Amino acid sequence: MSAINLLIDIVLLTMLVFTTIAIVRSRSLFAIVMLSGIYSLLSANIFVVLDAVDVAFTEAAVGAGISTVLMLATIGITGYEQKKRRSISRITPLIVVFITGAVLVYGTLDMPAFTNPSNPVHEHVAPRFIEQSPTEVGIPNMVTSVLASYRGYDTMGEVIVVFAALIGVLSLLGIREKKTDPVYTEPPPRPILQVMAKFMIPFIILFALYVQFHGDFGPGGGFQAGVIFSVAIILYTLTFSQQDAMDLVPPWVLKRLAALGVLIYGGTGVVSLLKGGNFLDYNVLAHDPIHGQHYGILIIEFGVGLTVACVMILIFFAFISRGDKNP
Amino acid sequence: MNFIIDALSWACLMLGCFLGISGAIGIFRFDEFYSRAHAASVTDTLCVLFIISGLVLQSGFNLVTVKMIFIVVLLWLTSPVASHALIRSAYQTGLKPKLAITRKESSKRTQS
Repeated sequence: MSAINLLIDIVLLTMLVFTTIAIVRSRSLFAIVMLSGIYSLLSANIFVVLDAVDVAFTEAAVGAGISTVLMLATIGITGYEQKKRRSISRITPLIVVFITGAVLVYGTLDMPAFTNPSNPVHEHVAPRFIEQSPTEVGIPNMVTSVLASYRGYDTMGEVIVVFAALIGVLSLLGIREKKTDPVYTEPPPRPILQVMAKFMIPFIILFALYVQFHGDFGPGGGFQAGVIFSVAIILYTLTFSQQDAMDLVPPWVLKRLAALGVLIYGGTGVVSLLKGGNFLDYNVLAHDPIHGQHYGILIIEFGVGLTVACVMILIFFAFISRGDKNP
Repeated sequence: MNFIIDALSWACLMLGCFLGISGAIGIFRFDEFYSRAHAASVTDTLCVLFIISGLVLQSGFNLVTVKMIFIVVLLWLTSPVASHALIRSAYQTGLKPKLAITRKESSKRTQS
């Protein structure tokens, strides 16, 4: 068993190295975007081998799925080829890279040995979470209990970062609604793609809901579910047209829903404050502390999913409405 | 009975591996985009079918089997469509297939 694991590890890591070299050497931006998608997929496989299924899920959905689409929309605005650089000396970057690498290697010498069970990481907080989580929080997926309950404050920060990214993109780019654009032409009909997309979208949304509400019991949660939900809308945009998608989910609704998600998360914390507990302490939400934890985690995961889905769709709209150089 | 199932599943796995390897060779050796896409789409469909049916025979009838059958159905629905989308966008951006015209014939045509 461990021999085959070692073999899989070696193969995956070798493929990662080759993908990285190909990314560095390539000049075509399109190929680079595709290769970075492959890189994310390989990393997701490595996470699965390491038993970190939640992380693998996120990496596959965010890294390989949505960021590839966003990068493609970006190079649709900028162009496919890397510009020729002005000739600069090659010696200076080489020296910088060598010095940085040497410092990093020197730094790793001081780190505790990999997979050593007596490392500081494994001695303080992790055993407490593993021992107390079934009685304190009581949900089977310990990753979710750490993410949503013990580290609820950090996760709220992450959601606010996602929301801040949306504000940044919207204030820099904005969304152009193309209703009065005279250049706008009807895209060519794509019957096979459209039939297939119509068939797939309900399943994608169903899967997103499953990931959303099953996050307490298996791998998954608000972040992954939000991304998967937004992928359904992005698929609709790509196979039909931007105008259709904007009629289906108008940007002004999405903006308010994205803010509502953050509000739900923060509001849960305020409610627990008002009921006499600490901020984001779900024990006081119901009569039984364990039920309170369940409710709290479900509610904040819903807020996370709502924000992430709306932010992803809005960022995609903002990019794709800038220019349609490629269909 | 066990032996028959084992033999069948190994045959399926071997056939799937052969198709996968031949698809990979095809991607590298064919000289034109459309033939390469054809080779890749063989890997997507038939190779997956054989490998997963080999695994289904190995695992017997349980929840894993049902999941694997779902995987086959979803892949058979999506990956031909993905190949179609790729080839279609290549064709629309102006990449012409070589069809059955050999180089001699095409050079004759351009001369005449």
